[in-house]
Amino acid sequence: MKNRLLLSILLFIVSITSFAQVKRITLPQLEKRISNTDTVYVVNFWATWCGPCVAELPYFNQLQTTYAKQLLKVLLVSMDFDSKYQAVNTFVRTHKLVPEVYLASRKSDQEFIDGINKDWSGALPGTLIVNGKKGFRQFFEQEFTYDELNKLYQTHK
Amino acid sequence: MKKLIVLCFVALASVAFKPAEPGYKVGDTATDFKLKNVNGKMVSLANYKSAKGFLVVFTCNHCPYAKAYETRIMELDKMYASKGYPVIAISPNDPVAEPADSFENMQKRATEKHYSFPYLIDETQDVTRAYGAKATPHVYLLQKTASGNVVKYVGAIDDDTQGTNASRTNYVQNAVNALLAGKQPEVTSTKAIGCTIKWKKSA
Repeated sequence: MKNRLLLSILLFIVSITSFAQVKRITLPQLEKRISNTDTVYVVNFWATWCGPCVAELPYFNQLQTTYAKQLLKVLLVSMDFDSKYQAVNTFVRTHKLVPEVYLASRKSDQEFIDGINKDWSGALPGTLIVNGKKGFRQFFEQEFTYDELNKLYQTHK
Repeated sequence: MKKLIVLCFVALASVAFKPAEPGYKVGDTATDFKLKNVNGKMVSLANYKSAKGFLVVFTCNHCPYAKAYETRIMELDKMYASKGYPVIAISPNDPVAEPADSFENMQKRATEKHYSFPYLIDETQDVTRAYGAKATPHVYLLQKTASGNVVKYVGAIDDDTQGTNASRTNYVQNAVNALLAGKQPEVTSTKAIGCTIKWKKSA
């Protein structure tokens, strides 16, 4: 009985530690995070409540896993409300999200959206790809299939 | 002559292949529409003889952002309908893509919450396309003029979606107040995170 309790506690600890905690990130912190010119960054803006976003998250997982050995970093930036921080954490575990996951910390959506890209209307999902070495930075206000995402990375890596 | 014909074809082609209409910008004249209200009656801007303008709000049932703003949309109508700027809410979404936004569910929501404004369904999505709404909620402030309904503000209701910041900037209120005072709004377009419009899958 005691062993079983220990085991379940252990399993619980493993289950909560196998996926990193979601970190809050401000716009300047995000810009800093994607400023390494040796790495290609694919940054997806999503939300737990956004159907099309949730549907394409597995592709971002797949992209990161497939090219784990390449200089590619997939970042998932949740645009959920700050009050949903715990829900985002739970979501990351249940959906087994592999990339780094952040929660956008912002005073207003306005400055965050414009800071990422002036042409972004604010509709989710959106994806930013940055290759500092090539001076390439482009934002896509659209949903991706895995093939499209892979092609995008292959073209700009 | 031949050259002229070719030129005509080129001109025609360039019209035909013009990229999709990006929607209304500030200063454009918005066309009127005729859409079905939750009470079954058709509503047009022309029905509002004494209005000075309109707050056309693209919103819906299912979207968390729209939900977060619902009370504030209701307040806007209470604040400004009597002053000549009523709220006209339009649900732009395809009910097949998002069953929560079906006409029946819109009726339910409007009744439960006692909407004081019409809640119209854009079944063909033509109005949404013409306005260029991208997400819900998305507000278009129109001012009635001799030459039509001129777009004065496009964007978010305020800069505080969660409604937790007391010192929020009320973009829409500021813009309507400016018009009521005979001035032009200082901020004429803003952005906000929102749910994408659920378009009909083309056959």
